[in-house]
Parts: sequence; structure tokens; C-alpha cells
Amino acid sequence: MKPRHHKLALLVWLAVMLASVLVIAQTRFVADLSAFMPKVPSARQQMLIDQLRDGAIARIVLVGIEGGDEAERGRLSRLLVSRLAHSPRFTSVQNGDSKTQQRDQQYFFNNRYLLSPAVTPARFSAAGLHAAIQDTLDAMSGGAGLVVKKILPRDPTGETLQILDQFIGESQPRTSDDIWVSRDGKRAVLLLQLAESGLNTDAQAAALEDVRQTFASLPERHADTRLVMSGTSVMSVLSRNTIQSEVERLATVGTALVVALLLLVYRSLPLLLLGLIPVVSGALVGIASVSLGFGHVHGLTLGFGTTLIGEAVDYSIYLFIQRAGGNEPGHFWRTIRLGVLTSITGFAALMFSSFPGLSQLGLYSISGLVTAVLVTRYILPGLMPARLNLRDLSGPGLVLQKGLDFLTRMRWVMAAALLAAVAVLVFHQQDIWNRQLNALSSISKEQNKLDAELRGDLGGNDMRYVASFSAPDQESALRLAERTRRVLQDLARQRVIGGFHTPDELLPSQASQWARQAALPAATEAKQRLEQALSGMPLQADQLQGFLADVEHGRTQPLLTRQSLQGSAASVLLDSMLIKRPNGYLVLMPLRPSGEGPKADEIALDKVRSALERQQLSQVTVIDLLEETTAIFDSYTHEALVFSSLGCLAILVLLGFTCGWLQAVRVIIPLGCAVLCVVAIFDACGIQLTILHLVGLLLVVAIGSNYALFFANKQQLGSEAEQRQVEVSLVVANLATVTSFGLLGTSSVPVLSFIGSTVAIGALLALVFSAMMARIHPRT
Amino acid sequence: MSKMLAGLTVLLIAGFCQAADLSVADLMQMLGQKKSGTATFVEKKYIAVLKQPLESSGELAFTAPDRLEKRTLKPKAESVVLEGNKLMLERSDGRKMTVALSDRPEVAAFVESIRATLSGDRGALERFYTVGLNGSTEQWQMSLTPIQPRMLKVISQIRIAGKQAQVRTIEFLQADGDRSEMVITNTSSK
Repeated sequence: MKPRHHKLALLVWLAVMLASVLVIAQTRFVADLSAFMPKVPSARQQMLIDQLRDGAIARIVLVGIEGGDEAERGRLSRLLVSRLAHSPRFTSVQNGDSKTQQRDQQYFFNNRYLLSPAVTPARFSAAGLHAAIQDTLDAMSGGAGLVVKKILPRDPTGETLQILDQFIGESQPRTSDDIWVSRDGKRAVLLLQLAESGLNTDAQAAALEDVRQTFASLPERHADTRLVMSGTSVMSVLSRNTIQSEVERLATVGTALVVALLLLVYRSLPLLLLGLIPVVSGALVGIASVSLGFGHVHGLTLGFGTTLIGEAVDYSIYLFIQRAGGNEPGHFWRTIRLGVLTSITGFAALMFSSFPGLSQLGLYSISGLVTAVLVTRYILPGLMPARLNLRDLSGPGLVLQKGLDFLTRMRWVMAAALLAAVAVLVFHQQDIWNRQLNALSSISKEQNKLDAELRGDLGGNDMRYVASFSAPDQESALRLAERTRRVLQDLARQRVIGGFHTPDELLPSQASQWARQAALPAATEAKQRLEQALSGMPLQADQLQGFLADVEHGRTQPLLTRQSLQGSAASVLLDSMLIKRPNGYLVLMPLRPSGEGPKADEIALDKVRSALERQQLSQVTVIDLLEETTAIFDSYTHEALVFSSLGCLAILVLLGFTCGWLQAVRVIIPLGCAVLCVVAIFDACGIQLTILHLVGLLLVVAIGSNYALFFANKQQLGSEAEQRQVEVSLVVANLATVTSFGLLGTSSVPVLSFIGSTVAIGALLALVFSAMMARIHPRT
Repeated sequence: MSKMLAGLTVLLIAGFCQAADLSVADLMQMLGQKKSGTATFVEKKYIAVLKQPLESSGELAFTAPDRLEKRTLKPKAESVVLEGNKLMLERSDGRKMTVALSDRPEVAAFVESIRATLSGDRGALERFYTVGLNGSTEQWQMSLTPIQPRMLKVISQIRIAGKQAQVRTIEFLQADGDRSEMVITNTSSK
């Protein structure tokens, strides 16, 4: 290149770098796992997933206090509640103590005439009262007599029982010494509700840290007591921290490894620094373009940066080693160009993925690679000394050539490997796809186990079945919930479902409250009717003065609003069912399986759906979240299969057009073999593939095609000595790739380790198979 | 001679007393031999605010070692099944409720008073109650006073009376002065 052009190129490069740095300085980096959760197709599904991730349910933290003895755990539990109760970071802090329970009991008891669905004009006629009181007396003679007896004087019609009825069958946390304890009694348990939504991971992290520090500073705490926490917020903070530390570790170790490798090959500091220029430029432009394209950059995208180091460094390796050989780079650039094009084709397929994380990765890699190769092509040559002081690689080159020649003669090994791989895939009868969404989660087994235990301790069901709908405002949401409740109640009687919750149990619509008030007779009328009702009963009206006073209060009290529940456990439940959204309300009503029959923990949703439809409630959708998420995941695995196949096809077409079909086939066969063998290796190890393994396979094809291309085109590159240079550079480049992806493979973040291990194994196999197959037959 | 007589009298009295006074261990051993049985019951609850007692009746079935079923037929059908650690309540409208006794110590104390008595499980009884006993094999009365303060706030004492291995009456004295009395008539036993 002419010096003037070179100066211009240098200027452009500097300008782009400066711009990139400026963009990166303004970039928001995120590190939660949501980018690797698929964007679900339907708005309804998206809404539900959002709720589970960010909504009221995700704001719940399950806390356990372990160690010490029961008395100590109880003391700490009480202290912790008293310390946290007034913190603005928590909207609810509960440990099951009678104070909170009483608040809930009082809410239900004091407001029973507005809350009880049984309150109708007929029930408060003389005959209705007679029947209701008789029912209560009958209930008193039964097993629950002691409870009923207590409420009789003020609630002879048993409205409290009507309300309690809605909670029957609910599993409750175990109580010991007035606080919640775990099922095995070895842990005191608490329930917190964070004020901040799941969208603000920083605030959630701060609140969780607050809990830890408050616990650590409780006075006279026994040293052997400890705090455990779980819940969606705990999980997302945990995985964010893991990702952050992983990204740092990977970037540091990855750079160190590649630098070490290059130093080993080049034995020259200036060359090493030159070699890193395309890498750094690529990374900067990559991050900047993701930032511009997506508005933020995910930490995991940075994690993949190390792999870009592996890819981008290849170009300077090719350049230096081949330039040191002194050969004319015309053919060389043509091959590089083709290699870059195939890589870009592969990464472009990623850009169309529904996983935001993967499309970021695609954009990052494409822009990074293009930059790296442009810098290598137009900047590096000008910066390079005229005569490269590269150590003589002809010695290792000769050894390497012998090795590669040997590989070429061992071509049958590839056929054998192919057969073995096919045999494994055919005879090893297991589903090669992992269908569980949490396969991608970076949460440890221990944490998941703790989560399941704490949920069990607190009596929470795992929210698998949900009936949901949205409504424009709170009142219409509650009215629709009331209509739905009637259907669900019938279904519960028929044992189609075991139980359910609806928000109107806790807060009836204003219309219903008003109707119930209207059903209550005025004081004098009520007294007369009661006296009439009591004739022939073993009860006298003057013993029921409290009842008359309460009815009068119920008739005239202000209607209940959301504020009426403030500070009660019921308000946490209501928050999770009646959710305010920017344009309206979302109602989520959990359904419990009946626990009977052969499919005890499943609900026949078709029956629920048809029952709802019969009551013109088809706007209420019922879903099995487990099935839903599995289905979403399946559809994305399918999508990934399609785009990976399209990516591979595009690469094939590209190769076919540029170097002829025969050549293309010679390049594709070793790649296909490498892919099959990787799948077979995972299968034989019992590892089920996820969408990310699939992405890894696509990258194997995209990266591996470079090796095959170089082998296949090497003859055009000049003399035998020059070809040896090419081969040395290929092996060094391959080592860089295998190292950087292999490093990813060691990550504790599944998303990184799945792609890393796939590409590391695949790239190595691709090189070996390419040497066997695509290489021109050795002339010996 | 008089000394001998006195000695003999002491012996006789001691012997007589032994025959008349039943020990808790003996009673439990006797009760524990029964394997299963069914009975009918009539229960009356005397409650201060009510002019007359509430009466209910139904059937009882016990299968050793730990299954007890109380099926109320009048005035309203209801069944309570206690099996192992589980207490299941089923109401006339078909709704069911299950409670694990280990989660509800006060419920456990309550139901153990009957089940442990029927199965002769002294350990279980003494875990929750101070046990008192008087009378003879032919007619014994056992009194159970709750140990847990929470339980004592509700039930002040449980009195169980019977003849040999048959439990005849169970009486719950509530802390507020109300009481209930259950009269049991055996229909079969093994």
C-alpha cells in the first residue's frame, strides 16, 4: 500500500477507535440472565414470564435461619423481623408470629360482612338467619367445634367460616413457639417482600445485603447460626454476581493464555503488541456496535469476547507467519476473505435468534471480526517492520508437516470416527435435547435444593397452574375475578382442581361490597329478624348483641380498598394476584392440583377451560407454566436448528460459489464429521444438548471452515516451504481458538460453558479432519 | 401373736390394695392388646351460651396401631380420619382437609388423647399429658392434664373412663368451663 493511503487508513482507524471508546463510555452493561431467556412469541406468555421474573412473585424472598437451638433461632427470627419491619426496602416482613397472624385474622373477622361471598339478602331474612345459625351450631357439634364456639356470639351466621373455607386445603407453614419453622423443625423461616421490582437488580442486591448485614449484627448471636435465602431475586443477584466474576476471570485468563501462546510462537514483544492490535480494535468496535444496536451490552457478550480474541488473533498469526516466509499475500488475502465471509455467515445466523443474548453475540462477532480483518489487512502491514524478525519456524514446520502427512494417511480414522459417532447416536437411546429451561441457569444444585426446601417450608406451591386475564382497571379486574371464582369453586367441588386463590377473596369488587352492605338489614329490622330466627333454637338474642352491632357496623363501614390490607400477610398474596401494569391490571390466580388419582399433581386443564367457556369466561386463560416454558424452549430449540442449518447451508453455498462445488464438498465433509463427532461425544457422556450447544456447532462450522479452506487452497499459496508456513499458522491459530473456547468451557455459567466446550472440541476435530480430508494429497 | 397378726393384716391390706388399684402400666398393657374395634358414639357438648347441649352421634372405628376414624352422622355428616401422622377431615360437601400432626402440636395433643389411650401407648400419652388413674380393672377413670401451656389454655382436663379394655366415656373439660361428653357403645372388637 502507498504511504499516503496508509496514513489515511490509520486516520480512519484512529477515528473509529475513538468513536468506539466514546460509545463504550456511555454504555450500560447488564449481567442478569434474562438476555438468554427467549423472548416468547405471544404477549400473554411474555407477560407471565415477566411477572415470574420481575413481578410481585419475584419480589418474595424466602429466608431461613439455621444452626443454634430452637430458642436461639426463634429469638433471632423475632429480632430480624423487628429490625427489618420498618425498612423502606421491604414491603412485608413476616415470621408467622401471632402479631401478624392476628392482623390478618382481624382483617377477615372485622370485615367479614363485606368479604363473605355468602352475604345475600336471603341469608339475612329471618328464615335465612335461622338456617345459617343452625349450620353454625351443627358445625359446633363437629370436629371444629372449639373454633366455631369462639366466633358464635359475634358471628352466629358463620361468615368467618365462609371466608376461611376459601383457604381450606392450603398447606401452611409449620409453627413452633409462635413462629414459622421448617418441616423438619431445624430452621426458622421468614418471608420478605422486597419493595423494588426485579427490574432493578442493584436495589434488590442492596436489600438482600441489608438482610445479611442486619442478621450478622444481631446482638449476642451464636456464632454457629447462619442465614440462608432464596427466591427469584436471590437467584438473579447470585447469577449476576457469578456472571460478573466469570467475565472478569475469563477476560483476564483468556488474554494471558493467548499472549503466552503468541509469545511462544513469535518470541518478540513488538510482534505480540502488533498482533493484539486487530483483537483490541475488533473488541472495541464489537462492544460499541452492540451498544448502538441494542441500547445495552450484556456481560455474557463480553464473556464471549475472549473467543473473539481467539478468532481475531488468527488473522495476524496468518499474516505474520506467512509474511515472515516472504510470500506474496495475494492468494493469502483471498483465502482469508473467504474464511471471514464463512465466519460472518455463521454469526449472521445468530443475529436472527430470538434470544437477545445470541443476537448480541452475533452482532458483536461480526463487527468485531470485520474490524479485526480490516485492521490486519490495512493497518498492520504499514506498522510492521519491513523484515519480520520472527523466529525460524521451519523446524517445527517440518515436524508439523510430517504429523499432518501422517494424519492424511490416517484418513480412515475419520471414517471410523464417523461410524462410531453414528453408532453412538443410533444405539444410545436418550433424548439428545435438554428441554428444561433451567438447564441454562447458572444457579447451583445446592441453591435449587435450598429453594425447593424453603418453598416447602413456607407451604408455597410452585405456581405451575395459573388462570389469568387482564382488565383495564382494578374494579373490572375484581368483578371478573368474582365470576371466575364461582366457576373455580364448582371445579374444586368436582375435584377437578384441589384449590385456588382469587384476588376478590381478599378484596372484593366495590360492587360486591356495596351489594353485600345493601343485603344487611338496618339495626331494628335486624333485631326483629334475629328474634324470629332464634325461635326454637337453644340460643337467645341477648347473647348475640355483638352480632347485631357488627352487622350494623358492616352495613355502614367504608368500603375496603387495597390500603385496608396494609401490613398483613394477605396483602403480599393480593400483590401477587392483582398486578398493576402500565395500561391496566393483570390478574394471576394460582390453581392447585387435587392431589388425588393417578395424576395427583396434574390438572386436567381442558376441563377447566371448557367450564370457563360455558360461563362466557373465555378471556380467562389457563396455563400450565411448566408445559408452557417447555414448549417455548422446544420451539426455540427448533428455531435454533433451523437457523443453524440455514447458516451451514449459506456457508456451503458461499464455498460452492467461490471455490467450486468439488472443493466445497471437500471442505464440508470434515466439518460435518467434526459436528457429528461432537454431538456423539456429548451424547456418550450423557450430556443433553441445549440451544447453546447448537450455536456452538454452528460456530464450529464457521470457524472450522477457515482451516479446511487453507488446507484446500494451500497449493495456490506457493512453494512447499510456504505451505509449511501456512500449516504452522493454521495450527497456532487453531490452538488460540481451542484455548479461548476451552477456557469458556470451564466457566460455571452454563451459557458460556456449553458454547465453549462445543467449539473447543469441535474446532480441534475440524482441524484434524480437515488435515485428513481437505489437504491435497502429500507428495511423497 | 399380735405382732404376727399385725404383719398379716399389712400383707392382706397390701394384697387387697394391689388387686383393687390398677396401675397405668397395667391399663396400658390391657388396652394395647386390642387390635381393632368399632363402636357407636353419642356426644353432648355443654356450652354456656346454649340453653341445651348440642348432641351429635355416629360411629367410631379403630385399627391398631394408629388408625382411628370418627364418622359423625348426625346432625351433619362429617368424617375425621387419623392415620399415622395425618389427620384428614372430610365434610358433607366433599371438601377435604389434611393436617400433618407434626405441624400442629396442639392438634396432635388433642387427638393423641384418644388414639394413644385406645392403642395403649403410654409414651404418646405422657408426651402431652400428666396421667392420673384410679379405680379398678372393672371400672377405671383416667385423667389427662395437658402439659403444653397452649393446650392448657383450651382444655383443662380430659377424663376417660372404662371397663377392662373398653373405653366407655370420654369427657373434655374446657378451660372456659364448657365441656363435652362422649358415650361409647362397643359393637365389635378383636
